[in-house]
Amino acid sequence: MEHLMAYIIGILFGSAVYMMLRRSIVKLVIGLMILSNAANLLIFTVAGMTRGAPPLIAEGALMPEGAVADPLPQALVLTAIVIAFGVLAFAVVLIHRAYEVVGNDDLDQMKDTDT
Amino acid sequence: MRLEVILPIFIPLIAGTLSVVVWRSTFYQRWIAVLGTAALLASGLWLLSAVRAEGHVVMQMGNWQAPFGITIVADTLSAVMAVLTGLMGLVVAIYSLGSIPASHERFGYYPLMHLLLAGVAGSFLTGDLFNLYVWFEVMLLASFALLTLGGERAQMEGAIKYVTLNLFSSAIFLSSIGLMYGMVGTLNMADIADKLSEVEHTGMVNVLAVMFMVAFGIKAAAFPLFFWLPASYHTPRVAVSALFAGLLTKVGIYALYRMFTLIFNGDVAYTHTILLWSAGFTMVTGVLGAAAQFEFRRILAFHSVSQIGYMILGLALYTPLALIGGLFYVIHHSLVKTCLFLISGLVYRLTGTYELKELGEVYRHRPGIAILFLIAALSLAGIPPLSGFFAKFIIVRAGLEIGAYTLTGIALAVGLLTLFSMIKIWAEVFWKAAPEGMDMERLKAPVNDSHGRFMLTGIGILIAGILLLGFWGQPVIELFEVMAEQLMNPEGYIEAVLGGEQ
Repeated sequence: MEHLMAYIIGILFGSAVYMMLRRSIVKLVIGLMILSNAANLLIFTVAGMTRGAPPLIAEGALMPEGAVADPLPQALVLTAIVIAFGVLAFAVVLIHRAYEVVGNDDLDQMKDTDT
Repeated sequence: MRLEVILPIFIPLIAGTLSVVVWRSTFYQRWIAVLGTAALLASGLWLLSAVRAEGHVVMQMGNWQAPFGITIVADTLSAVMAVLTGLMGLVVAIYSLGSIPASHERFGYYPLMHLLLAGVAGSFLTGDLFNLYVWFEVMLLASFALLTLGGERAQMEGAIKYVTLNLFSSAIFLSSIGLMYGMVGTLNMADIADKLSEVEHTGMVNVLAVMFMVAFGIKAAAFPLFFWLPASYHTPRVAVSALFAGLLTKVGIYALYRMFTLIFNGDVAYTHTILLWSAGFTMVTGVLGAAAQFEFRRILAFHSVSQIGYMILGLALYTPLALIGGLFYVIHHSLVKTCLFLISGLVYRLTGTYELKELGEVYRHRPGIAILFLIAALSLAGIPPLSGFFAKFIIVRAGLEIGAYTLTGIALAVGLLTLFSMIKIWAEVFWKAAPEGMDMERLKAPVNDSHGRFMLTGIGILIAGILLLGFWGQPVIELFEVMAEQLMNPEGYIEAVLGGEQ
């Protein structure tokens, strides 16, 4: 399973960078979305995947029995998803406004502020 | 419960919330902005005095023991940066009273400013890697909104680059955090530092070090990752530019200093050599880029890049003296660059333009402003006895002591080019005869309104700070010696976080 996930994450990172290098700002934002998902999956996978063992402690016991899934990476991913959602919502509004102001979705037309 | 270490985060959050509560009244929002940032500065000073007395101030959130909960921790570096956050916040808040148009104020300028300060203060004080990411995002989101407030075309174009590259940096940072957790199974920075020495794959540690270097290098605008900065920093209102120049890149620098003294100190020959060359190229490209510009704010923005190089050079040389120099440079540059941006805003108010070609003769009609500019500009170039001289002197001396002659030579040459850029502004804006078509009536008209006074007060505080750092630098340097001592011996930090308050 880890190997499969590793390939998937690699493909996601690759396609994200490819999309970000396109000239259209819509594709740029799609690239950013894929990028944040790739990072989240990376955390999820690297921290170790344990199937069907929720980190619950039996009544009366002080420690869980046997190997259980690590809940921390899931909390991290959850936080990261929420943050990425907020940030990407901003990015979508931004490209909409930029499209209205510039009248074009081509990044090559947005070079006024470059030097 | 240590109140002093959490207050610098808490105060701007409360002030921001209160500003939202009184959304309809810009009058109250303005008062909250000044009082809130003044309280932030006071809490920073309180934290600094506590840190000077005890060395480290640690607070475990919710009383969870160190490696499991989130730790808020301040050593001397964090405390000094918290003071800097308060000072910059206060100065920019006062300046904003006179320079931010009512339309921006109604769209939440002050709440966003508080949120930005909270994110910055949180980044300086957290002792947990994932928490650092969260504060980075808080800060980024506030900066995105501040950058685009107003919605002009240039702002939109700049913001797209700023947002994209910063989100890319965040994704790399997040991935590095994931890989770090997979390797050592902890996110507490002190605990990571403790456990990383036991990791067998030293190659993997170096890969992670470079990933963190790229993530923070983008935030700090180091070569070759700085391209978002000259494309965006000059586009928003000048108060926002000043706040960004004073604080945002410094957060990246702080993160680099923290990571590469506390955690990645095992293979210094490898990691710090990369930093060394990055610092050299940052200095050169930044100053050459600035030399090619003919717009007041663009010169200042591009110039920030070259100064970032000096700060990274201090870290890369990795001796106590070099760290003192690099961190002194951080403080000095915050004061000076913010001051220069604020002065550019004042000149804009008097003349209506930032283009050097359309400006002139400001010295004849406004000698006071010209002198203020000259103090800040000469300090940036490193002319004694101003603050920039001591910052450059310490770094250069540290470089010579360990025989890094090439980089030291570059640092000195870049200092000369800095002087060139500043003299260019001086000659074009303040000295030369006014070009045709310049609105001289506006420049000559007396300014007695409260707006001008607010702007001058902000600039005046910073000029006082620059002069103090130059003429009364001894206590500051002594404080920085303690700071460098703590950074070079991270055992104290680890001990304070993991062993304290149990």
